[in-house]
Amino acid sequence: MDFSLNEEQQMIVDTTRRFVQSEIVPLEDELDPDAGSLAPDDQDRLTTMTRSMGFYGLDIPEEYGGPGLNTTTRALMAIEMSQHRAGLYNPCYGVFGGAGLAQLYEATETQKERWLYPTLRGEKKGCFALTEPSGGSDPARAIQTRGFQDGDEWVLNGSKLYISGADKADYALVFARTSDDPGRNGVTAFIIDTDTPGFHVRRVVHTLRATNYATELQFEEMRVPKENILGELNGGFAIANDRLSRQRIPYAAGCIGPAIRAQEMAIDWAKNRDAFGSALAEKQAIQWMIVDNEIDIRHARYCVLEAAQKADSGERFRTEAAMAKLIASEASSRVVDRCIQIHGGVGVTKDLPLERWYRELRIRRIGEGPSEVQRLIMARDILGGSFK
Amino acid sequence: MGIRLDKPWERLDSDSVSSLQAQLGVYQVADDDGNVLSVGYAGAKHPFGIRSALEHEIRLHGKKAMLFRYEFTSNYRSRWDELLMLHLHDHGQLPDHQRDEEGRVGRLSPN
Repeated sequence: MDFSLNEEQQMIVDTTRRFVQSEIVPLEDELDPDAGSLAPDDQDRLTTMTRSMGFYGLDIPEEYGGPGLNTTTRALMAIEMSQHRAGLYNPCYGVFGGAGLAQLYEATETQKERWLYPTLRGEKKGCFALTEPSGGSDPARAIQTRGFQDGDEWVLNGSKLYISGADKADYALVFARTSDDPGRNGVTAFIIDTDTPGFHVRRVVHTLRATNYATELQFEEMRVPKENILGELNGGFAIANDRLSRQRIPYAAGCIGPAIRAQEMAIDWAKNRDAFGSALAEKQAIQWMIVDNEIDIRHARYCVLEAAQKADSGERFRTEAAMAKLIASEASSRVVDRCIQIHGGVGVTKDLPLERWYRELRIRRIGEGPSEVQRLIMARDILGGSFK
Repeated sequence: MGIRLDKPWERLDSDSVSSLQAQLGVYQVADDDGNVLSVGYAGAKHPFGIRSALEHEIRLHGKKAMLFRYEFTSNYRSRWDELLMLHLHDHGQLPDHQRDEEGRVGRLSPN
């Protein structure tokens, strides 16, 4: 498999790297170390820049006005865009734009007019409400939010947990059980305006993550028109599952950026910091950590690019995407941990971004499917014979 | 666990502030009637954590600032946003000098 970049990819990577180093990193020097947003003026200025560069709305399909990047190029950009303090969960503070909820590309034209197009224009925000207090790794069986039909409406009751962005969203994609089937065939996806009576954002769920906090939702006798069903009645799990598979490659790629930046910082520190009469870089204990970092980074990068290339060529990529997600999230956690060790005391202070990456990378081993679920997916494919 | 910062108010003066530990956290500052003047946080940019942040509040509000209550937390950013949202929910708007934050923070409908 050839992992060399073509001319266009190299140009995009170089441009993104310069943008992060010259536009994002200097602003972070002035921000609170746990900040999750830029000043509005900076946000507007940088968004104007990315629009003029033709990079706005990276994940929007070309037919909807996006730049039409393939998965490999998008993964390469994700690696670059996450190389700053807030980069893991808020790469470049969103100035490259979002795609909205990818599921809405499958919506009816009426639904697109109401939710998708305003989202692509930056006028509306959506959130994805799948996980419940009863569990997130096995959503098909864990969903207890219930919906029953009453005339032309559905009435929903239940709760959701760890939902990002619900407090600022104009609408939510909510999954609810709508039949007696206890598994994947009894779940329906609803698009619900967040000002609908009965839609409550009850609290912020505080975690290790400094930005993009999660929330807990509660639905009480929430009445939703039947026209708000996305896709087929009881066909919601396939919609949710599609997102979970699709997300793994860029999610994995985003883990690698902080590891690369941490390694650069550790090398710089090791060359310039003396102890016991010589630079840290001359000590074998440090050298081996630097080497182990490099092995982890390259391993993760190769796995991500392999999965991306398979996706781009139309091949099955589920196993590769699961492997990439598992390896990138775990390898990057190890790299940042070693880099903190190399830095010593200053490594755990908020003077450096290492402590934030260390905290936030811990979540990456759970988010979008924990390592154990990735292994489960791979085991099914390998033992089931679909992986050759 | 309640999400409101509903600890008893303490007198805000230089003695009470200097006795606090220099930690990260969130706080409310109020006038003598308990009307909240500021919902703030002490982050890593504050040299002495919550002490520095409250000293700034005293300079900002002068003699109007009479009371305070606080909570130490390393999750000061998300907790601060939560307290702003609660204030917005309870009062319909944020304290005057924080109105600019209304466009940034989200909306909560707590129990």
